[in-house]
Amino acid sequence: MKGKNNAVGRWIPEKINGNPVIPFQGVGKYIPDYNKAAPPVASCANYPKDGNKVVPNLREALKKAGIRNGMTVSTHHHFRNGDKVANFLFDTIADMGIKDTRWFPSASFPCHSPIIKHLESGVVHYIEGSMNGPLGEFCSRGKMKGQGVLRSHGGRYRAVQDGQVHIDIAVIGAPTADPFGNANALYGKSACGSIMFALADSQYADKVIMVTDNLVPFPCIPWQINGNNVDFVVEMDEIGDPSKIVSGTTKLTRSPARLLIAELTARFIKESGIMKDGFSFQAGAGGIALAFVIHLKKFMKEAGVKAGWVRGGSTKYLVELLEEGLTNAILDGQTFDLDGIRSMRENPNHVWTSPFTSYSYHGKGHFASMVDVVVLGATEVDVNFNANVVTHSDGMLLHGIGGWQDCLFSKCTILAIPSFRDRIPVIVDRVTTLCGPGELIDVIVTEKGIAINPLRKDLLKALKGSILPIKPIEEIKKEVERICGGPPAPPKVDKNRVVAAIQWVDGTVIDVVYKMM
Amino acid sequence: MPIIAEVGKKETASDCFVKLKITKKGGIKIDLKSKVESMYGKSIRNTAKKMMNFFGIENADIYIEDAGTFPFVLTARIEAAIKKCFPKKQEEFLGKLLPQNLYSVKRDRFRRSRLYVPGDQPRLIINAGLYKPDAIILDLEDSVAPSEKESARFIVRNALREVDFLGAERMVRINQLPMGLHDLGFVVPHNVHTILIPKCENSDQVKEVDERISEFRIQNSEFRIFLMPIIESALGVINAYEIATASKNIVALTIGLEDYTADIGTQRTSEGTESFWARSQVVNAARAAGIQPIDSVFSDVADEEGLKNSVLEAKSLGFEGKGCIHPGQIKIIHTNFAPTEKEIEKAKRIVLALEDAQKKGTGVVSLGSKMIDPPVVKRAQNILRLTGGK
Repeated sequence: MKGKNNAVGRWIPEKINGNPVIPFQGVGKYIPDYNKAAPPVASCANYPKDGNKVVPNLREALKKAGIRNGMTVSTHHHFRNGDKVANFLFDTIADMGIKDTRWFPSASFPCHSPIIKHLESGVVHYIEGSMNGPLGEFCSRGKMKGQGVLRSHGGRYRAVQDGQVHIDIAVIGAPTADPFGNANALYGKSACGSIMFALADSQYADKVIMVTDNLVPFPCIPWQINGNNVDFVVEMDEIGDPSKIVSGTTKLTRSPARLLIAELTARFIKESGIMKDGFSFQAGAGGIALAFVIHLKKFMKEAGVKAGWVRGGSTKYLVELLEEGLTNAILDGQTFDLDGIRSMRENPNHVWTSPFTSYSYHGKGHFASMVDVVVLGATEVDVNFNANVVTHSDGMLLHGIGGWQDCLFSKCTILAIPSFRDRIPVIVDRVTTLCGPGELIDVIVTEKGIAINPLRKDLLKALKGSILPIKPIEEIKKEVERICGGPPAPPKVDKNRVVAAIQWVDGTVIDVVYKMM
Repeated sequence: MPIIAEVGKKETASDCFVKLKITKKGGIKIDLKSKVESMYGKSIRNTAKKMMNFFGIENADIYIEDAGTFPFVLTARIEAAIKKCFPKKQEEFLGKLLPQNLYSVKRDRFRRSRLYVPGDQPRLIINAGLYKPDAIILDLEDSVAPSEKESARFIVRNALREVDFLGAERMVRINQLPMGLHDLGFVVPHNVHTILIPKCENSDQVKEVDERISEFRIQNSEFRIFLMPIIESALGVINAYEIATASKNIVALTIGLEDYTADIGTQRTSEGTESFWARSQVVNAARAAGIQPIDSVFSDVADEEGLKNSVLEAKSLGFEGKGCIHPGQIKIIHTNFAPTEKEIEKAKRIVLALEDAQKKGTGVVSLGSKMIDPPVVKRAQNILRLTGGK
């Protein structure tokens, strides 16, 4: 296998799935100069004048869309672990005798493990998208026929925009839609807030199928996805399991160590001076991030500080900030609980955003780089602040990238993570898979102390003399290794078998995942 | 001699289950099932081999089911299994005593919060110091099930040597006597600072513990080991002063209300009327003996407001500290034991008066026309120390 080292010293093969690869060249270095991809020209003359695009079932829609062997079919993760669309879709495709498709999801979840049988039977050739849980393990064991390609949310939008991925058929699950194809996720039993991860698919795919379990008369207002881009509308009994669409995410952690990390993170933001009137922040829905918002809110109230805007994944904790006047707006990528959905429905300042506005490398700027501070997680971080978010230290691919890489462009990126999990160090000499370069990662907050990237002299200066436990990252690593009994042995992998590529936001490849032995 | 021993826990994060079978031939066979196999499998096998060699065991089948066990727990579990098979083995497999654990504590240090950590729960032990309690109690008594006791002794012993407690007072609650005397051998030589004597009813029990400690301390006589009796019965309350004065090593006296209320035939209420007398008696006895009176634990970890009120009430009764069963309680306890502004103002005036007296070269401190007794001066200094942090 031929290949070479990229700008962060990771070996990258010349080809992935037979396609040439551009190795990562450094942050902001790769500037392609060609035109965007474009879908075929559509003519309204080919569509019903009464706007009724409803077909009896998904099979019929796929047939009309011209499904063939080897096509790329996309779905979306709006219903998270409660999604029923992707499994039903590939069961239908299998039933139609179609083979060798490429699945292009915006993300996958453990609920998608039934896809494994389609990977085994050859209905799905490989997955181009983040692989979570059982699918990630399937890929790690070298059982997938093609090589996986993982992108961030912004990277996925970009790949569609610049033609790196061409979608033949997009299947979009919509909690509410009309017969014309206008759709939103604000109403209906499967309401999930927003379906904007499907925006690129609706704009660029050859054929677009809208699948809904809440068909309403025209017009479906407001529309998040525009019916003018939709070919067919299909009604289904259930596109998702409502209890799993929003489950588990707003549970606050009870772990004292995680609560401590959340508190230290909020204190860091306060004491570094980042928390000031008009500031902006982003935090996800993980246990630490949620607890962090609660602490930050307390500090904001004490200091009389109001945020200009915050970025979701929104939860009730962000909604409370908005409703109590502690932020002017929520710019929301996805909505994790019922309070978030209600707020997005009712509050004009709670706005749904798309991966284009938030993240895309091919935009004329994006929101992510305007955020003052973002709080993220990671599975591993090395002493140069490079971080891993997809594999565990044993080499197993278990998580997607999500918006993680995109968010690194914030003015201050904080990874709020425990310094070890069970016995496994999180602070290591070398990350198993490098997903984010250290130059973009500014601060590591662990229960044992806070490490500031030496590149951020401004932050080091701002925190000089602070009572916060600020230490060199090496010191935290040393302490963790003492607790865990030395550094972990490197993963046992087959270096001759690349099972997945990790793309950087610009479409270059930053690292690869190897088959586990 | 039993030839098979099982210790530890299955499917418990950061812990392991060990089954040791002593055989007649075939050497040492290790069967490891580990969640961290690729990272630490080799290290776990090496540890097991090293320990068999250390204890002179030549033939054994060892089955280890590991969920990411910390090294200090792995060695404790294996040693517990070995000693179950060979109860007469005297050698101990000791890890390095961390240099940062070689500190001592002062007898009148703050004991506002003491965090109870069950002696058989490594996940809680490993991070206990992070939450900055004044003291950490590694518990061998009520929070450890009878079947886990022996294994827990090894874990607590190893924790005292190998876990960094970040400056907290290192306490151990031994079992009720006479079992508690056996516990002492596991903790006294490893720089434990303070021994909690549960269900203490008379001065003889304190003396027994004190004597046993001095026997073990011959090996490690650098630091003094303090005592903190826990009164948990009607008789104990009656004998509170006798207990408080039973040894010069006693630094504090505390009360355990769950057992006490059961003993007097009632139930614990949040108002605490039923224990008012007993708690006051403990405060009185402790003050009369010149030691710290410390209150019981507040057991509803979710009720922060209730804890706050309970601390304020304890403070008003004269207590100087309270037990915690969750790290989240520590900050609330410290905040509410903290002196009020009025107390701080008064303390400042007293300390200034002291400095004034020292300048004048007189031993008598007075504030206006009132003479200030030395304990009051000391208390004022303590209050200012509290406000300035540790």
